[in-house]
Formats: sequence, C-alpha cells, structure tokens
Amino acid sequence: MAKRIEVSDLNIYYGNFLAVEGVNVSIEPRSITALIGPSGCGKSTFLRSLNRMHEVLPGARVEGKVVMDGQDLYGSDVDPVDVRRQIGMVFQRPNPFPTMSIYDNVIAGNRLNSKRMKKSETDELVERSLRGANLWNEVKDRLDRPGSGLSGGQQQRLCIARAIAVEPDVLLMDEPCSALDPISTLAIEDLMAELKERFTIVIVTHNMQQAARVSEQTGFFNLNGVGQPGRLIEFNPTEKIFSNPDQKATEDYISGRFG
Amino acid sequence: MSTDTQSAPQLSAPQPGPVRVERRLPRFAPLGLFVLGIVLGAALSAATGFSVTSTVVYGVVLGTLLVYVGTRAVEGRRKATDRLVTCLVTTAFGIAMIPLISLVYTVLDKGLARFDGDFFGMSMFRIVGEGGGAYHAILGTLIITLVATIISVPIGLFTAIYLVEYGTGRLKKAITFFVDVMTGIPSIVAGLFAFALFTLLFGNDFRAGIMGAVALSVLMIPVVVRSCEEVLKLVPNELREASYALGVPKWRTVVKVVLPTAIAGLGTGITLSVARVVGETAPLLITVGLITGTNLNPFDGRMATLPVFAFYQLTQPGTATQAFLDRAWTAALVLIIFVMALNILARLISRFFAPKTGR
Repeated sequence: MAKRIEVSDLNIYYGNFLAVEGVNVSIEPRSITALIGPSGCGKSTFLRSLNRMHEVLPGARVEGKVVMDGQDLYGSDVDPVDVRRQIGMVFQRPNPFPTMSIYDNVIAGNRLNSKRMKKSETDELVERSLRGANLWNEVKDRLDRPGSGLSGGQQQRLCIARAIAVEPDVLLMDEPCSALDPISTLAIEDLMAELKERFTIVIVTHNMQQAARVSEQTGFFNLNGVGQPGRLIEFNPTEKIFSNPDQKATEDYISGRFG
Repeated sequence: MSTDTQSAPQLSAPQPGPVRVERRLPRFAPLGLFVLGIVLGAALSAATGFSVTSTVVYGVVLGTLLVYVGTRAVEGRRKATDRLVTCLVTTAFGIAMIPLISLVYTVLDKGLARFDGDFFGMSMFRIVGEGGGAYHAILGTLIITLVATIISVPIGLFTAIYLVEYGTGRLKKAITFFVDVMTGIPSIVAGLFAFALFTLLFGNDFRAGIMGAVALSVLMIPVVVRSCEEVLKLVPNELREASYALGVPKWRTVVKVVLPTAIAGLGTGITLSVARVVGETAPLLITVGLITGTNLNPFDGRMATLPVFAFYQLTQPGTATQAFLDRAWTAALVLIIFVMALNILARLISRFFAPKTGR
C-alpha cells in the first residue's frame, strides 16, 4: 500500500512568482516525514504540490518531477483527480462537509464519486475508518448527526477518517494540530504512529517538539528573505536534525536563534 | 516576577480610578420630553389652523429639540448627541415607513370590497358591468411567471456557477459587465425585445404567453445570476479543497458539495427574483396583452395577467365604473399578497435548508 515518493528539481510557482526552488528529496514509505521551517517558506506549498492540489489555485504551476513508484505524477497523461485519490490530504483547519452527517462525511470520498456500495459494506467502511481515526467510540451513537456539531479535535479526526476511508497510499497533513489543544494533539499524534504502519505520512508542522516526537525524517525549509523562493535546506533523519544538523541555519532555527 | 508586576502599572498611563458617577435623567424622561414636544407642536398647529401634518412636523422638531436640550442640561454633551442622533434615525425610519403603511392600508381598504369567491372563481368572459373576477388573470400570472422561472433559473444558475467556479480572465469580466448592464434594462425594453423576437420568428400576428415569459426572463436572469453568484462565493474554499483532496472531480464537487452547501441561499435568491418580476406590467402589456376569457396555454393566444388586468380595469372602465375600480384594487391586493407570500417562502427556505450545526 504505502509508496515511496521521489521529488527531483521541483520548482513551484504562483503565476510568475517562484515560491519554492529546487527541491530534491526522497520520502520513504511506511514512515512519517516532517517538514519544518518559518512561516512563508513554502512548506505547505511543497506539500500541496505532492498531490497536485497546488494547481487548483489560479495561475499556480509546477516544474520538475514528482515520481511515485516509477510514475511521474506531473506526466502529461496523468489525471490529477487520480493522483488525489492515491494521495490523501488533511488540512490545517478541520473542514467536515456541513451538509452531511458524520456517517456521510466518512464515506464522502466514495459517495461523491458515486461508487456503488452495499449498506453492509459502507457500514463496515465507516466503522473501520472511524476506528482507524480513534473516533469510533466517541461518535458511534450519533453517526446521523451533522459533523459540524463535533469539537475541533473530533472534527479533525473525522477529517482524517474521511481521508483514510478512500484508502490512499500516502497521507499529507498540513499542520493538522495547529488549531487543537494538547490533548487532541496527543490523540492525533498517537493516531499518526498507528497510521504509519499502513500509509506514507508527510506532515507540515510549526511545532518542533511534534516533529521530533513523531517523525523519522525531517526536512527543514527556509528562505533568504522576503520575495526570495523557499528552499529545502536540509533533509535528514529526525534524530540527526535535532542533535547534530549538517547546516548552521538548521541548528539556528531549531535552537530558536532566529525565525 | 514580583518586580514585573510592580513596574507594569507605571508603564500604563494614570491609574484607572473608580467609574465616574454621572447625573442621569429618569428612565422615561427622554420619551416624556418628546411627547411634550408633540403636545406643544399640536398647540402650535392649533394656533395656526389645526392640521395633522403640521402637528407631526412641529411636534417632531420640537420634541427632538426638547430631548436634546434637556439631556444636554442634565447629562452632558455626549449623551445629548447620542439622543439627538437616536431621534433623527427614528424619524427617518418613520418617514420611510409612511409610504409602505399608507400603500398597504389603501390597497386593503379598497381591495377588500371584491376580495370574494367570485373574484377567484370567475373570469371576465362576457362581463361588462358588475361581478366577474380575475380567475383568468391569476392563473395567467402564475403560468407566465412559472415559464419565466423555468427559462431563467437554469440560465442564471449556470452562469453564476461559471462565474464563480470556472470563469477566468476576459470572458468572466465581460459576462459580469453585461449582467450588470442587463440589471439596469428598463422593463419596457425587455418587452419590446421579446415582441420583436417573436414577430421576427413567427410573423406579425403572433401572440402567446411565452412572449411575456421571455420578456420577464430578460429581467429575471441578471437578478438570478447576481444573487446566486454572491451565495456561491460564500461557500468556503476549504470545502472545495476537501473534496478535491478526496479525489473528487471538479464537476462533482460543484454538484455535490458546493450546491448543497449553498442551497438555502440559492432558494432564497431565486424566490426573491421571482417576486421581483411577478408584478411587472409594461413588458406583459405589449407582448401578451389581455383577454377576458381563460387561456391556460402559454404557447398560443393572448393571456390575461394580474398587473395588465389591473391596468385595463383602471384605465378603461366600462359603464359600471365603480365595479371596474374595485376589481383593479383587488387585483393589486392579490399581487401584493403574491409578493409577500414569495418573501415569506424565501425566509422559510433559508431557515429549513440552512446547514445544521447539530449542537
């Protein structure tokens, strides 16, 4: 299931503005890769370019290669919709569909694509996904209630359940805990540790302790100044980044000397 | 820690003292002063030959002055300005309400005379004097408005979806511009357009309800586009992104996420746009005209509609003048009831279809 992603010479643009320049990185399957760096350095932009969500914005485009298991995701014959089916995403702010119940939110990926399923199958999928997202026990008695009635942390786990219900190979998380309290954050970190058995996870976070706690690999993004493109400064095992980084800039950022 | 808390108050300006105690007027004093002003106004009006208008004008001016001066003397300038503005705003509201109340009162007063079963059950077929009704005109208005809605809503809604979800660059700007221009088209021009169009297509003597429906659509489409566009813009982008991230194609995202989320606003907007055209007279006058009998087929022959019915009852009364005037007023009353019902329907739609929070 989980797949390796190879990124080579990736340049990401907003119109004519080069936002991220020259990223080369290899993301390992069945592991958690964390991306850290100051605001505006292109972490989220890079993350969104991995499942072609970047080009949803008008004028946004990408140069370079993102290869997943030998296939270039930006090849001319690749449908971005298929890419997104295999690479799921969880956003910074929980965004359950307000018109749907908890049950319908979980199977939204299937139902919105009009995939026909038997009632017993969907029931099973909903329970499996909600259990996978550690939410089943909290919502099993009110599956028909609107998803927007849940607390922020529960909503975010509902979004994770929705993302894993379509059985992607890779899960991208864009600061999934930044709007949550420490207890909900812990719940989601525990969940990530379970999910990495099945998925390749890439997480953007501003919380360096979180990166150190959950990830195996860490990438540090930085930019030289306002208006300059962001770059991947260092990509190494998390332990090495946090104890003995190769680059001075990484050490400065992690020890809080700037940014 | 302790040094911090000690130095902090010195940084901020002077120590906030206890809240200042001010003299206050008794609670009902401002209202009392205003009423006193009205009474004085009535007295002044009586001195110069009494009339209701001068009483109200003098009274409101004197009342406002009394409230301002009284408050200023007791409570100070800020409170006085506050009360002065309150008086001005309330007066403006009152002035704005005068035409509405006067209109509803007049129409009710004169329209209720013929607000009976015959009015809703009979047409004007072979009736030249008293009696008769607007059965044919009521159904005509409903049919023509329905056809206009059937034409306008798909065009307007799809245009709005294009503008919000797909449109970029020049075409989008051009459409927005022309929709704005269409919003300002006088209704008589829309009627002439439909008249010319159908004359070109079907010859000189062609008359049908569909002509009126097309004329109304020309007026209705820009309203539908505008209101639907605003509502679709309100759907958070996060929901679209959430849907894309699940591997849902764009068109399915629009159909199954964006439209259901916005359904309450869309329903409200469309209902209000129907209310906007249901009372149009000029375009119907020159396209569908009027007949005395009942014609329910919008594709053949003239049809009666309520606004045109009211217009002809008023301008071409027969021998029994009062009967014709009564029917005109009742037709106006029924039209107002239609518009009011549509507005209430719009509110109900927005209440029942709004996304539920479930708390």
